[in-house]
Amino acid sequence: MEERWSTEHVLSLAPDAPSRKAAGKLSSPAPWSGTGTDGQALWGECKGSGSTPYRTVVELTTPAYRCSCPSRKFPCKHALGLLLLWSGSPEAVPAGGEPADWAADWLKERQERTEQAAERRTAKAEAAAADPAAARRRAEKRSARVAAGAQELRLRLADRIRHGLADDGAGRSGWEEVAARMVDAQAPGLATKVRELDHTAQGDLLEEYAMLHLLATAYGRVDELPEALGATVRARVGFTTETAELLTGPTVRDRWQVLGVRDTPDERLTTRRLWLRGAKTGRPALLLAFGRPGQAPDLALPTGQVLEAELAFHPGARPLRAVLGTRHGAPQPSDDAVPAGVSPAEALAGYGAAVAEDPWTESWPTVLTGVIPVHDVDGWHLTDGRDTLRLHRAGLPEPALWRLAAVSGGRPVTLFGECGHRGFTPVTVWDELGRPSGLTQ
Amino acid sequence: MTATRTEPAAQADAWEELRTTALLGTDRRPLPAPAGSPALVAAATAVDRTDPATALLELAALTAVRRRAGARPGAVQPAGPAAPADPRPELPVAAARRLTVLLDGRSGSAGGTLANLTELLPQWLATARARGLRPPAALLPALLDSARARSELRGDAVALAGPLGRWLAERNPDWRFVLRTVTDAAGTGDPAVPTSTGDPTGTGDPGAVGDRAAPGDEHRIWHEGLFAERVTHLTRLRRTDPAAGLDLLRGTWTTERAEDRLLFLDALQDGLSPADEPFLEAALGDRSKNVRATAAELLSTLAGSALATRMAERARAAVRLAGTGRALLVTPPSECDAAMQRDGVAPKSPTGRGERAWWFGEIVAATPLRTWTDDTGLTPARLLGLPVGDAGPDGSGTDPADGTWTDDLREGWARAAVRQHDADWARALLGPAPRPGRDGRTARTAGAPAKLLAVLPAPERAAWTAAFIQAHGLGEAFQLLGACATPWTPPLSTAVVAALERAASSGTYPWSHSGVLGMTERALAPEAAPAVEALASDAAPDTAWAETFARLAGTLRFRAAMLAELDV
Repeated sequence: MEERWSTEHVLSLAPDAPSRKAAGKLSSPAPWSGTGTDGQALWGECKGSGSTPYRTVVELTTPAYRCSCPSRKFPCKHALGLLLLWSGSPEAVPAGGEPADWAADWLKERQERTEQAAERRTAKAEAAAADPAAARRRAEKRSARVAAGAQELRLRLADRIRHGLADDGAGRSGWEEVAARMVDAQAPGLATKVRELDHTAQGDLLEEYAMLHLLATAYGRVDELPEALGATVRARVGFTTETAELLTGPTVRDRWQVLGVRDTPDERLTTRRLWLRGAKTGRPALLLAFGRPGQAPDLALPTGQVLEAELAFHPGARPLRAVLGTRHGAPQPSDDAVPAGVSPAEALAGYGAAVAEDPWTESWPTVLTGVIPVHDVDGWHLTDGRDTLRLHRAGLPEPALWRLAAVSGGRPVTLFGECGHRGFTPVTVWDELGRPSGLTQ
Repeated sequence: MTATRTEPAAQADAWEELRTTALLGTDRRPLPAPAGSPALVAAATAVDRTDPATALLELAALTAVRRRAGARPGAVQPAGPAAPADPRPELPVAAARRLTVLLDGRSGSAGGTLANLTELLPQWLATARARGLRPPAALLPALLDSARARSELRGDAVALAGPLGRWLAERNPDWRFVLRTVTDAAGTGDPAVPTSTGDPTGTGDPGAVGDRAAPGDEHRIWHEGLFAERVTHLTRLRRTDPAAGLDLLRGTWTTERAEDRLLFLDALQDGLSPADEPFLEAALGDRSKNVRATAAELLSTLAGSALATRMAERARAAVRLAGTGRALLVTPPSECDAAMQRDGVAPKSPTGRGERAWWFGEIVAATPLRTWTDDTGLTPARLLGLPVGDAGPDGSGTDPADGTWTDDLREGWARAAVRQHDADWARALLGPAPRPGRDGRTARTAGAPAKLLAVLPAPERAAWTAAFIQAHGLGEAFQLLGACATPWTPPLSTAVVAALERAASSGTYPWSHSGVLGMTERALAPEAAPAVEALASDAAPDTAWAETFARLAGTLRFRAAMLAELDV
């Protein structure tokens, strides 16, 4: 018997709030006929206002969606409605059947396309490797531009320190222009950090200047650094490694438990972060996925479930970000619903260890266990009766924090989130029955 | 930034030195000397100081990384008491999903093939509450937010939220209304939904947890609480221990403001008994006119009260059975004396009707209905059938059939029937259910039929309304339907569907029935779905009625699924 997704997970796949709402109306059996699932896919026909029903298929592993409706939203309300129906009323979507012909056709076609894409990826990686001389020339050219950018940034930072951060004219604005210079210098990582300076509280400015100075300085000597730390510096400055290239390297196969997910939308792109932890290796991993407006990011894994798969990690002193390679089966319920965690003191020690290896680490994915969320005049805290961690909001909306308080009800809970020098930012909480709740929206 | 961090003072000082220098600028202030732990001093000493600005950044980087790597948790903070356990079983998965969807649908409207989901939320809440279920904790904030925005949801939402809801409300000022909401059976919700659930765990209504507050607390809420909290507290107390509630009110009565006295007095409706009479009698002498009127109204519903007896005396003086029981003769009061005014009759007619008619109506409305049947030995129906005439100046009566006071008398009886919840009188006043083909729009029905209907038992209400709709269609049925319990009984639903069919075939437009249609989506029995679907397929395609029926059918299916999910 496959594990059906939680309502929350299904709703998290929706590209926007109207889609969620429309899907809710399609979540009862009434408009559906010919529904079924074989554990890998769902299918069904949904009666709309027209004479022919819409044909909807969902492939559960990726997940991927197909619907004959004309919606430009992706996934559409029919796909979401079918998922809701399946998750909430198992009897309404009978298991074990064969897909209808139209569903089977699409699923087969899709599988072929996926295989072709994998082949193309491999071919591309091989092509890149085929002309190492050209690749090296390109890399050297870019390195030089980034180095010049980093040097300029050091001068700019030092200038402002010379004049004083309290000097509003010099210290508090104008970083946008420098950020543009960093983009020109092909150092997008530096550009992002520089842009943030305009929004940093004055009390925190020196710390941010110092860390940015450290990064720019480190890039100036990147070839002298140990290889892993050098990779960290390159990644933070803005060098990326192609997924295909990573996947040709070593991968880690494990049963990866999904600890949580957070979407960060901006006007052009929604970034989805998915945190995993290997059941065998205990390694944390962070996957990123992206979606344009009106489209959900292309990767979705249900929090709490376990996926047997191979991951390739981006190189670095403290590898965390990874890409998803071969999957071995669909996500499944975890043996231990609630992940094992640490105390607040251990969590901070763990973050400290991460900083020791990669000084620019802002936070480290951490499972806290046995903590009670407390709301008082100073804001939100997490306490285990011995120590207290400040809860760092980091854009978390108020309702999410109250959801955390409700799930806890003043009793200790297990909490996944990011532990850093600003505090702990929660992502997922497990209730007394071991069910995860997302706290990010 | 420093709340999670407890660090040695020297290290904190060193950081402050660097920060001050950075704020002023290295042009104006020299670099601080290395300080802190020996390791930090050693590292700081190694920094190249040729350019002070660069050196400051390096020192700051050194110190910042050290601070981050060495961050320590803060000292323990008291966590406070946990929420009391909630023994109710949790919602089934599908029902929890439905609640998520209904709460999610609270903003905007997507239009389309179903009723607005927000309209179905009240029914979902009432049903879930009646089933004695508990929502998953993670859904409570959204539930409480909805109830905050829509006060009509509060009774059921607060009861459903249970002890955890109260615990949250004590911590989040946005949800303070939870502490002011009375949730026990009589106060709120749909009359059709049984609110006492035969709770097998014997814990009673979890919404009433506050009733078990320590006596000291009660005292505190009454003396220090916000006004709404005090009303809630008094109402709760009246439902469990009316005498204690009265004592509490009596204790502070003379110090309360007039507006507050009025609403506190209103709260005495719960658990009203002869024991309250002396207090209410005294309130007849209150400075505030509204307080006096409310006290009089409460006393008039206490059948054995002195006020009711005084009113009955006045009524007997005003109405007399004449012609050996074949007519009623009316002698309305000629003045509103001080005693009448003290008993709550306003000397000036607020409606602009004749003053004598007004005084007369007030007296009849405040007279125990039993007075009439006991005095005459006639049933309400017989009394209503008698001609009514003016007794005339000599009291001998003019034409007893002139009907001068008929409407005033019936109006007064109707008000009394509603006030005293007298089903026999309400039934007699409404008359038999109208029958098609006859002009049963009983010119004789006095008062507001919807109010009289509300006095009758639910099945009778539904049957009467169904008959009314069969006879008269939907045109005037809106308020009557509103008085019926939801979901409507199958016969009432059938009558409504048939009336809609007639409306569709008679060429009217759906939007001329939009009020009834909106109610229908919430209240029609789900069993009516096949009939509505048949109407949808019979209607001419792409017409407004086809769309209306299709939407109604879809909504019924949705409601049927929604309610089925709550069956455990």
